Amino acid sequence: MSLITGFLFVVIAPLVGGLLSGIDRKLTARMQGRIGPPLLQPFYDVEKLFQKENLVARHTQNLYMEFFFVMTIFTGALFFSGGDLLLVIFSLTLAGVFFALGGYKASSPYSFIGAQRETLQMMAYEPAVLLVAVGMYMVTKSFQVADIIAYPKPLILDLPGFFLAFFFILAIKFRKSPFDLSTSHHAHQELVKGITTEFSGRTLALIEIAHWYEYVFVLGIGYLFFAWNMWIGLVVTFFLFELIIIIDNAAARVRWQWMVGGAWIIALIAGMGNILYLMLRH
Amino acid sequence: MGALSKSPWIIHYDGSSCNGCDIEVLAVLMPRFDLERFGVVNTGNPKHADILLLTGSINHQNAPIVKSIYDQMPEPKVVMAVGICATSGGIFRECYNVLGGADKVVPVDIYVPGCAVRPEALIDAAVQAVGLLDKKRAAALAAEKEKE
Ligand code: SF4
Repeated sequence: MSLITGFLFVVIAPLVGGLLSGIDRKLTARMQGRIGPPLLQPFYDVEKLFQKENLVARHTQNLYMEFFFVMTIFTGALFFSGGDLLLVIFSLTLAGVFFALGGYKASSPYSFIGAQRETLQMMAYEPAVLLVAVGMYMVTKSFQVADIIAYPKPLILDLPGFFLAFFFILAIKFRKSPFDLSTSHHAHQELVKGITTEFSGRTLALIEIAHWYEYVFVLGIGYLFFAWNMWIGLVVTFFLFELIIIIDNAAARVRWQWMVGGAWIIALIAGMGNILYLMLRH
Repeated sequence: MGALSKSPWIIHYDGSSCNGCDIEVLAVLMPRFDLERFGVVNTGNPKHADILLLTGSINHQNAPIVKSIYDQMPEPKVVMAVGICATSGGIFRECYNVLGGADKVVPVDIYVPGCAVRPEALIDAAVQAVGLLDKKRAAALAAEKEKE
């Protein structure tokens, strides 16, 4: 874990993320009884978007999304180079804020509602993410990702509650049903495309790529729970992703009250319960 | 094949169609024909769309809407008039409020006749539309080069 892995993340993550997103679309199509697009379809989409005209309502809206893109890469690179987990979380928040600001700036009612919902989603997942970092610190006595990965025992055995909380927010972070509120991926007649409504061409491609980075980064946090054995970790993380997609297809969307309330209550009960367990054990 | 022809995103606007053609359009996206095999996505957002798919005739009320959707789409774009109503006004042509086909307000590239249109004709039209997208892109690039 060093600068090299951070650099590798910057290069490889979009490929992995794009493939994951391709698997997502294929699996979704199969669950709906369709054949579905080719596995590399997300790459075709992004390539196409780079060839399209970039229409804007206001020019600054693209600037925010470019910051979102840069901050997302920074977050992931920091994480994968074994940096401080707390710093990673702060930079993740900053990326999220830029994303929401871009939606606000685009000044269409749809992207405005999308941005509001995006902030709600951040509100929902933030406590759980922080608690996960705290939990990992309590067990490994370090916030450094490198130390957490080097911990010899599987963290999941010590942190099942935190894992539950993390799993709950995974769907929020991926913007998948039942928490697909801000981009409205499936119900696009309701909110058009939510936060990304007003973005086209190159900027939309950047947003898409940033989401791929996000996929890999968020799954990286999931990997930490199983990091004591690399192969088991990778396999479990992959199945985690599949599970999220299956839930995405099987679940209806909930209201935002449910999302925020649910995420908080689970983070509170499971996370605090786990902290209690760790404290009593010592 | 260029990138444009591998991921054509569609926006479908229902003018004043009888809904026959709309059902056919949706049928093409359903499991039996599954246009997503070719990367087609029904976006419902003009700013993300490459192909404007119009059904039904143009009347006084929807003419400005169709125009506005067309203007919001980023270049290169293709317009498909689907069903005989959208190509010429069809059986509603003589109505007092109907202006005629989609070409009364936006430049139509591909006419797909039929009442209602057959899925096979729609798929054929979609294939032609993606070819046209690539051509338009090439033409735009050539024009840019000439400017320099
Ligand atoms: S072409 Fe026929 S089926 Fe299609 S909208 Fe017109 S009347 Fe209806």
